[in-house]
Amino acid sequence: MGTTESSIVDSARARPGLLLVIFLGGLLLVDLAAKLAGLSLLPIGGAISADRLGSNLWNGVVIGLVIGLAGIGLSMTYSILSFANFSHGDLLSTGAFTGWGVAFLIAGFGDVPVRALLSVRDAGDATAGDIGAHIISTPVAILVGLLAAFAITAAVALALDRAFYKPMRDRDGISILIASIGAALIVRYVIQFVYGSDRRGVTASVEASNLAFDPLGLSVNAHELSIVVAAIGLMLAMHFMLQHTKLGTAMRAMADNKDLALVTGIPAERVVTATWIIGGGLAGASGYLYVLLRGTIQFDFGWLLLLLIFAAVILGGIGSVYGAIAGGLVIGIVFTTSTIWIPSDFNEAAAFAVMITMLLLRPEGLFGGVSTA
Amino acid sequence: MSDASSPSGDGDAPAEDSAPESATAALLDAARQSDLGIVLGTLLLVYLAATVLTFTDGLNSVVGLMRTLTFLGLVYALAALALNLQWGYAGLFNIGVAGFMALGVYTMGIVVRSPDPAFGPPGFGLPLPVGIVAGMLVAAVVGLLAALPALRLKADYLAIVTLGISEIIRLFLQSSAFDTFLRNTLGVGTGGGRGMGLPQNPVRELFLVDGQAGTPTAFGDLAFGTLGAGGLGISNTILIDWAYIAVLAAFVVGFYVLLERLGRSPFGRTLKAIREDELVADSLGKNVDLIKIKVFVIGCALMGLAGILWFGSQGNVSPTPQFMPVLTFYVFIAVIIGGSGSNAGAVLGGIVFATVLFEGPRRIGSSLRDVIGAETPPSFADAVVTLDPTAFLAFATDNIAPLQFVFLGLILVFIMHRRPDGILGDRIETAAAVDLSERPSGGETDE
Repeated sequence: MGTTESSIVDSARARPGLLLVIFLGGLLLVDLAAKLAGLSLLPIGGAISADRLGSNLWNGVVIGLVIGLAGIGLSMTYSILSFANFSHGDLLSTGAFTGWGVAFLIAGFGDVPVRALLSVRDAGDATAGDIGAHIISTPVAILVGLLAAFAITAAVALALDRAFYKPMRDRDGISILIASIGAALIVRYVIQFVYGSDRRGVTASVEASNLAFDPLGLSVNAHELSIVVAAIGLMLAMHFMLQHTKLGTAMRAMADNKDLALVTGIPAERVVTATWIIGGGLAGASGYLYVLLRGTIQFDFGWLLLLLIFAAVILGGIGSVYGAIAGGLVIGIVFTTSTIWIPSDFNEAAAFAVMITMLLLRPEGLFGGVSTA
Repeated sequence: MSDASSPSGDGDAPAEDSAPESATAALLDAARQSDLGIVLGTLLLVYLAATVLTFTDGLNSVVGLMRTLTFLGLVYALAALALNLQWGYAGLFNIGVAGFMALGVYTMGIVVRSPDPAFGPPGFGLPLPVGIVAGMLVAAVVGLLAALPALRLKADYLAIVTLGISEIIRLFLQSSAFDTFLRNTLGVGTGGGRGMGLPQNPVRELFLVDGQAGTPTAFGDLAFGTLGAGGLGISNTILIDWAYIAVLAAFVVGFYVLLERLGRSPFGRTLKAIREDELVADSLGKNVDLIKIKVFVIGCALMGLAGILWFGSQGNVSPTPQFMPVLTFYVFIAVIIGGSGSNAGAVLGGIVFATVLFEGPRRIGSSLRDVIGAETPPSFADAVVTLDPTAFLAFATDNIAPLQFVFLGLILVFIMHRRPDGILGDRIETAAAVDLSERPSGGETDE
């Protein structure tokens, strides 16, 4: 790792902008320390409780894991198919609606009409409490919903590829990007047509679902805990797939050097199919988990998350799966902890600003252009 | 146009006895010779369709629908022209159009609004022309700040950066904290999420003294007397809007002439050379970065102006439904339909997008809905459960808006598959005397 160290120093010398960013970051850290200690040195410092910082960080980690999980698929399609997929966000919505439809069907079967369950409460007048979906009261329903979200979104992603992207395989990235904007419109508004446009609650509230960790001053929701477990589990599965299976090796080879991979005899189309299945499935699963976290669902939530997912992927370095996870965590933590310094109106803007700064200073990302490894 | 109506089109043509197909072809050929002909022909077709849809409701609704369609067509044409300069001429993939339009119209609003906080967010109280110039300047300066570092990036990174900038602009305008900050420092405000009222449209004052409804000017009296309530019965607001549409049309022509002249100048030739092959242009000693920055800044200023002309005439502006990124994609679709690189195509694309793709399905959907007798089911699931095609059709026509976006997406994908050059894009203006895009195969592609 000695070479990496020196290259970082070199790039710091070559780019004063990087030094400026590091300086500002340090300043923020000093300010944070001063705030925690309760010191006030006029421009910096102030007062913030360790509890608040702790809960901000925890929320950031939870959101970050979901964003990182969604970023894996975006990063894979970006590196293997060489285009920025603008329909990725709407795959999150696809997974959320279909997955929650299945979860509702299991949780509320018999008590509530099926059409209300499958349409995620668009039809009928059952409330989220009537259906009673919650990880503590109906764990099987939530788990099966997650699997359904993965499977159905993988199928939708594959269908989109066959219909829209496969005929354009040899075109330039911008043309496919524009086609993916079209695909995004199609998916999003089919969802609106089928599931309706209003935002609605999904999870029921259950007594004693908060687990307090007193020493850290954290209050952890059962849903947050299950999201962390599910996201880390999926990420580990992804890791084993990439490192220890033939398919994973082929994917890394395709991402690294497409021509070389083709010459070596890697079945490109089969790898692309697997990419869509895994990337789309993970997007659907993360959309489902995001709704579990937020407790509400709306037809365009995935699209609104897309730029944050892009931010995570770019931060980690396009093509790097671990970079996407790390980038997701950074973006999630920036998203929640930035409220210490700036009004909460700007937390999304802060995440975008981090992304733009990263693109300008180090476009290859945190992990320096390591492809899918 | 149907091919049955062709012989009357050119009666004195020598091909008196030729088959109708060829006469139609000749007519279409003649129309194709002139961009103005195509644009006006498209508008006429749109007016014809509007008349068919509304003629039962009287002249006022016909003219009113035509007004809405023409307004949207022209403002989309303006935005598409500005984007075409950046994307079609220089290949800069800017998907922050909505943000730059918001900057233009908000700056104009802040500069022109009265400093008295009693009427909502205070402003500087300067004259309207100052506000318009300021709006363009701010859009240009932010464009410059964005362009300086971002143009070194790959096209898809530039796309994401500009989208991020456009969202940051929207979030700032949306924020009440930013509003308070501006009020405390500069004494002006944005109105936050509620938005702000915009200054009086000067065209309105042409017809009405101080813009008050009851007091027409001499010119207003004449216009209202002959065309309005005293004559043909067209409502006053529609007449005033038509006068503003004339102003918009003048701006479209102005944009077009400016961009055409720019495109034919040595600067424009360099621009097209960069689009065709950046490496060659660079090797020939052209300062590619500087030219890209210039074009980006000019394009952003024009987007600011387009934003002012579009949203500035609406009386009120608010950040969130209006300047979502989807607005950028609408403008992109307009440029893509027309074919990037062609100014006439951008105008045509704007008109076709706004009328046929954007407004058309809604109008047709609501007309169809009136014909269907069935009651609308409350949701998609209910519509499916009824197993009744008419109930389903009633649901679909009542919820035409999402279907229309699905249709838009299909069109976009279809164009990218089948006609990536758009309707008029096959006439993309080449930089050199010979067509460089038709290089003999076998050379290396630039990665």
